[in-house]
Amino acid sequence: MTDATVHQPSASASKHAHSLLAADARTRKRNAAERRFRMYGIAAISVGLIFLVILLFTIIRNGIPAFTQTYITVEVELPEAKLDKKGNRDIADLKKVSTFGYAPLIDNAIFTKVQELGIETPFEKPKKMRSLVSASAAAQLRYMVLENPALIGTTVEFEVLGSSRVDGYMKGRVTRDSVARDKNIDAEHFDIVDAMAQDGSLARIFNWAFITGADASESRPEQAGIGVSMIGSFFMMLVVLGLSLPLGVAASIYLEEFAPKNRLTDLIEVNISNLAAVPSIVFGILGLAVFIQFMHLPQSAPLVGGLVLTLMTLPTIIISTRASLKAVPPSIRDAALGIGASKMQSVFHHVLPLAAPGILTGTIIGLAQALGETAPLLLIGMVGYIASNVPDGIAGGFLDPNSSMPAQIYEWSKRADPAYYERAWGGIIVLLLFLMTMNIIAIILRRRFERRW
Amino acid sequence: MYDVTRDSDVDTKATKLSARNVQVYYGTTHAIKDVDVDIEDKTVTAFIGPSGCGKSTFLRCLNRMNDTIDVCRVEGTIQLDGEDIYDERVDPVQLRAKVGMVFQKPNPFPKSIYDNIAYGPRIHGLAKNKAELDEIVEKSLRRGAIWDEVKDRLDAPGTGLSGGQQQRLCIARAVATEPEVLLMDEPCSALDPIATAQVEELIDELRQNYSVVIVTHSMQQAARVSQKTAFFHLGNLVEFGETGQIFTNPEDPRTESYITGRIG
Repeated sequence: MTDATVHQPSASASKHAHSLLAADARTRKRNAAERRFRMYGIAAISVGLIFLVILLFTIIRNGIPAFTQTYITVEVELPEAKLDKKGNRDIADLKKVSTFGYAPLIDNAIFTKVQELGIETPFEKPKKMRSLVSASAAAQLRYMVLENPALIGTTVEFEVLGSSRVDGYMKGRVTRDSVARDKNIDAEHFDIVDAMAQDGSLARIFNWAFITGADASESRPEQAGIGVSMIGSFFMMLVVLGLSLPLGVAASIYLEEFAPKNRLTDLIEVNISNLAAVPSIVFGILGLAVFIQFMHLPQSAPLVGGLVLTLMTLPTIIISTRASLKAVPPSIRDAALGIGASKMQSVFHHVLPLAAPGILTGTIIGLAQALGETAPLLLIGMVGYIASNVPDGIAGGFLDPNSSMPAQIYEWSKRADPAYYERAWGGIIVLLLFLMTMNIIAIILRRRFERRW
Repeated sequence: MYDVTRDSDVDTKATKLSARNVQVYYGTTHAIKDVDVDIEDKTVTAFIGPSGCGKSTFLRCLNRMNDTIDVCRVEGTIQLDGEDIYDERVDPVQLRAKVGMVFQKPNPFPKSIYDNIAYGPRIHGLAKNKAELDEIVEKSLRRGAIWDEVKDRLDAPGTGLSGGQQQRLCIARAVATEPEVLLMDEPCSALDPIATAQVEELIDELRQNYSVVIVTHSMQQAARVSQKTAFFHLGNLVEFGETGQIFTNPEDPRTESYITGRIG
């Protein structure tokens, strides 16, 4: 046998007398297979990249307009006779003048401006100017006056929020043809818009109100913002982080390092893996039953949303934490135990610090998942028209009805006005920025804490 | 055949660890059968035998490291200074502080050299203050014969040292907790001959203060460093005696075949 193997190479060499410089048929076939495989890989990645580019391009193209908004800058007269008949600047009396008292002031101001600019228009009454401005403009003017009653009797320069049709016209969403049957605005109004835009008194400026504001009613898309639902999301994430990180890490450490390996722990393990795959709407209905119907926590509250999302995030965190605990070499545990560390000391002094990057990454990915989750929020009432104000305290932040970013986006995408469609895309950009930030933090933390062993 | 000329007269030493009738099971596998061994104080005892014969398993019984393996079951008695270490009142943590261990693969903590050594004394409360701790670290590193190489970079990570240095660091870490017995599981198998020589020299020095038990695959090493040798085969302790005698005049034919390279 030994002799035979020793002789074989020379025998086979003479049988296939092949030059190394030319590949034989078998090698060519193998190389071709390898090339094909690489092509498949490149093709698959290219398709993925193309879709990513299309996705980003669409989001940015549709969403960017939401970040600018059309405002008309005019000189608004604030006559004492209309706003403060008694003339004593008593705030209680001032409050009696409603937005109906302020709206004509804006109409007049715009009408004056139109005449100043010499714009030809068929409209003869200032009231016809109201189609140009948002229904909320009068309210904004009123707030300004109530905050600073000294303004009464003067003429102030005021940035009037344009109506969504005017805004749409400026962004190319609305055309003269498309408003032919629109009762809100006439094509002639756009002559005024064009002229004012040329003059500079009407312009698209950066839309801070979109980033800081609250949702608005169906008829005022120009006023709607994602800011308050961002705060809702923030408080939910606080709840999720505060509950799921300690619970998840503690559970994983117990299961991985301390729990005996038996039927029961196997069952728990299988169940945790399965929970990670449970549709999120199931967690939503569980939250509805337990937190709202049984525990009577307030509906639409970020606290409840956070609790539901915690249930959803826990399996993700547990699975990733256990994986990173498993990845710590057993020699480190042996080393610690070998010099007389207790089990807990070996885990907390040595294993956990080494697993920390993995745990952090898992946690942040879990949080990012939770941040983008909409379905469970449907069931606990965090979608719908929730135009709450910015919460005034931490308790309010947790308990007052609020929305969340994905729920707000979902809500906007359902509404009829195409102006809301644009807001939905803008909201997606904000949400994606948040997710990107979280992922970047995850990468930085992983780089910083990663240690060789 | 082997160098056994160094002095090996150890007959008047006290017994440190004594094992009687030890059986170890991994699930249903009977890994160690009826082992009786007396390990003496201030002596190097070598365990030799072919792979899978149970010598490492038995070594890990001596400081209850097998407790961490769920399926492992130990029967019989092992006494340290006359006290049963498997008694239910014994806390394995206290036992392991007395019976230190060095592993086959160097496994320093991914911390600084200083923290590697200081960890044991810290958790056992051996130092009252920083100065005492510094002293323990220096003494341990000197005992580990690595002080001169690392004294200028105690803050450097222990994992950045070479393999041989890492293993000496691990030995220094083990002696820092002032154990009475030091178990070494093939401490030189990952080292080159120079590092091996340094570790062997170190083992010989450690014998002044500790009882050392070493598992090795190298019979030359067993002959060089040990005074007593135990030969394991298929879970049985075949022969146990003076190293000189085992290597020159073994009683059992299996021992003879193993040391002459016929089985294993």
